Amino acid sequence: MSDTHAQSVAYVRETAIPPAPPPANETGVIKWLRENMFGSVANAIMTILALWAIYAVLSVVLPWVVNGVWDADSIRDCREKLGDQVGACFAVVKERWPQLVFGNYPSEHYGRAIIAFVLLFVALAPILFFELPRKMLWFTGLYPFLAYWLIWGGTLWTPVVALMGVVFAFFAYRLIANRSFFGALIVGLVALLVFWLLFVAPLSNLFAAIVPLRLETVQSREIGGFMINFILGTTCISLSLPLGIALALGRRSNLPIIKTICVLFIEFIRGVPLITLLFVASVMLAYFLPPGANFDLIIRVIIMITLFASAYIAEAIRGGLAALPSGQYEAGDSLGLDYWQQMRLIILPQALKISIPSIVNIAIGLFKDTTLVSIISMFDVLGMIGGPILSSTEWFGVYWELYAFAGVMFFVFCYGISQYSQYLERKLATDHR
Amino acid sequence: MTSISDVPGPKFHLGMLLNDKRYRGYTFQFFALLALVALFSWLISNAVANLATLGKDISYEFLFEPAGYDISPQLIPFESTDTHLRAAFVGVLNTLLVAFLGCVTATIIGVVVGVLRLSSNWLVSKLMAVYVEIFRNIPVLIWILIIFNVMANALPQPRAFRGEDAQASMLLDAFAFTNRGVYIPRPVWLDGSAVVVTVFLLSLAAIWGLKKYAIKQLYSKGREVPVLPISIGLFFVPTLLAYFLLGQPVKLELPGITGFNFSGGIRITGPMIALWLALALYTGAFIAENVRAGILAISKGQAEAAASLGLRPRRIMSLVILPQALRVIIPPLISQYLNLTKNSSLAAAVGYMDITGTLGGITLNQTGRSFEAVLLLMVFYLLISLSIALVMNIYNNSVKLKER
Repeated sequence: MSDTHAQSVAYVRETAIPPAPPPANETGVIKWLRENMFGSVANAIMTILALWAIYAVLSVVLPWVVNGVWDADSIRDCREKLGDQVGACFAVVKERWPQLVFGNYPSEHYGRAIIAFVLLFVALAPILFFELPRKMLWFTGLYPFLAYWLIWGGTLWTPVVALMGVVFAFFAYRLIANRSFFGALIVGLVALLVFWLLFVAPLSNLFAAIVPLRLETVQSREIGGFMINFILGTTCISLSLPLGIALALGRRSNLPIIKTICVLFIEFIRGVPLITLLFVASVMLAYFLPPGANFDLIIRVIIMITLFASAYIAEAIRGGLAALPSGQYEAGDSLGLDYWQQMRLIILPQALKISIPSIVNIAIGLFKDTTLVSIISMFDVLGMIGGPILSSTEWFGVYWELYAFAGVMFFVFCYGISQYSQYLERKLATDHR
Repeated sequence: MTSISDVPGPKFHLGMLLNDKRYRGYTFQFFALLALVALFSWLISNAVANLATLGKDISYEFLFEPAGYDISPQLIPFESTDTHLRAAFVGVLNTLLVAFLGCVTATIIGVVVGVLRLSSNWLVSKLMAVYVEIFRNIPVLIWILIIFNVMANALPQPRAFRGEDAQASMLLDAFAFTNRGVYIPRPVWLDGSAVVVTVFLLSLAAIWGLKKYAIKQLYSKGREVPVLPISIGLFFVPTLLAYFLLGQPVKLELPGITGFNFSGGIRITGPMIALWLALALYTGAFIAENVRAGILAISKGQAEAAASLGLRPRRIMSLVILPQALRVIIPPLISQYLNLTKNSSLAAAVGYMDITGTLGGITLNQTGRSFEAVLLLMVFYLLISLSIALVMNIYNNSVKLKER
């Protein structure tokens, strides 16, 4: 047997042939193009359509942007400089930049607003990135008081005394905390409210009389532009988080009256558009406040947007609570923890983690929705564009540039937040897939 | 003497209201209710006091006074001498109109973009991703205002269409895009048009019946009835036959330029187009993400299992993937419809006369009845939201996974 074989095979190769490179159209760019863009006739048609669409958009947008005029006094000036060319008149953004960003904020105090804006990121950093030292959270806690002082001005003593109220409330809380968490929470809140209502004004006036420490006061109606979108967005989201948690817990509680109240509130708020709530803030809320009480429009708007956001956040957190297996609750019970200990130590940390993506989505939506205040004639960035800028004689008719500018600003922030949220989701992923 | 009996529990005393877990809930709820009642009575007493100082009262009689303003578009006839109530009703219809048009358009955009984003074509999927990110991350109000301004400033005036050497021309002689709105042809219903419409509706019913019949045949006898070609035939042939046999009873009235303006046809105003397009494009981007997530949620194993059973690709899509994907897609889809309807209240920004523009806008400003107007506005939107939520619950229950 072996002989026949040996005779039929004349030559046996002793080394392997080196691997040949794949055929030219199976590698590199050509392969990629074939697989991803010209795989079939339909695919090729789609590619060509897409290329045409890109060309159609870019052929209009690119010359418009590239030819853009950055230095001009008015739209007529712009048109003269452009001549026959198609081009944008970005000069309006350059000239009205302060108005778009700060509204009618006094220009000598822009520095204060900018410092508040920069410090906002310092305050947010420890919340956003867990690697940073936890001590930075102290600054986050101080930030709201500092920002209020920087933006609205007045005497430093007002925020300082308000902060003293917080310290006072904390001691009131600590007094009862190891007997009943919930009772302590209520006592703390009541202490805070009482302190703020009774002592902030007289005490801060007293201290201010001794050592003034004043910044020049800025009226709320002078604040405008992007600044107002930012103030509303950050304030309302941070205020609505605790409210949302409370509502979510209330909706899942087994106390029927509490549950009904929470369900009614959440469904009512989610059932009406934000604009009707803003109407309430602008025309109705004044009726419900004590006669003579004169709330700033911005505070009324903050109240309504906070209520609005808290209903949505409550639903997001409820989703997180529902996603927890009931074993977690039972484990808490079997350890002998009471309701609040269970929530604080076991349930909420996990539920909040699950609901972070939806909370971030709500935050993005809310930030975009702050533009709605322009409808109740507050001068946020859209109010500024539609009001003083577009109706001025110099810039009548320059709408593309202005709205594109506002759009780009919103895009940068919203896209940034959503990218961060995806990063966070990957980081917190616990399902080990 | 020993006896076995239940140990009597401690008798109820007041301290248990705070310390006993069984009763603490009641105490807590009682105080919560008390606080709520106190809050409301405080708010209402404030309102009463404030209204008294202003010399106002709460009354809905203003609804029956003449409105004194014009509304466009009007789905039911409306004169400026009609009442505020009728104006509000026209506004409601306008809200529903723009919401309906927006929902339909947004669904089409969303499904197309969502499917294309999963396409194997790199360029197309990236392009769709860019569309979604751009529209999702810019406030819808900006889109509404941009489209509104384009409509008002960039389009030619009606008189540009005049004369022999007009600067602007109509599309297909039927559509005119002007800064006063878009003019489209209007169907005119002549005698006998009712028959054509009836025939059309009957053929739709026949298509539906055919599908039922085909499924029954498939399940009981294993016989396949060709549905698609017959359906297409049924859709076109009877209606067209009736149309031509009756002497073309449905005509199109084309818009034409007379004097300085267009007449004839239907005029769709700029604000409406701005609202419709912006809402559709914006919500479409969100729907696209829902569609994509729904398709991605169906695990690959499902398609492979179907293939191993010998199903053809189209069958796999229609019998295995889609029914499961729809279960994931439809709940968020309906909540997007709800969002779109609520966002249509942004009409106030461009002056489209929906319910916010009539009742919450002009009526409120004219009569000064802010209290009543805003309250009615909220009730209307609540009713819409609740009915959509109801539909959603019914649907969710019908597609719920039947588990043990």
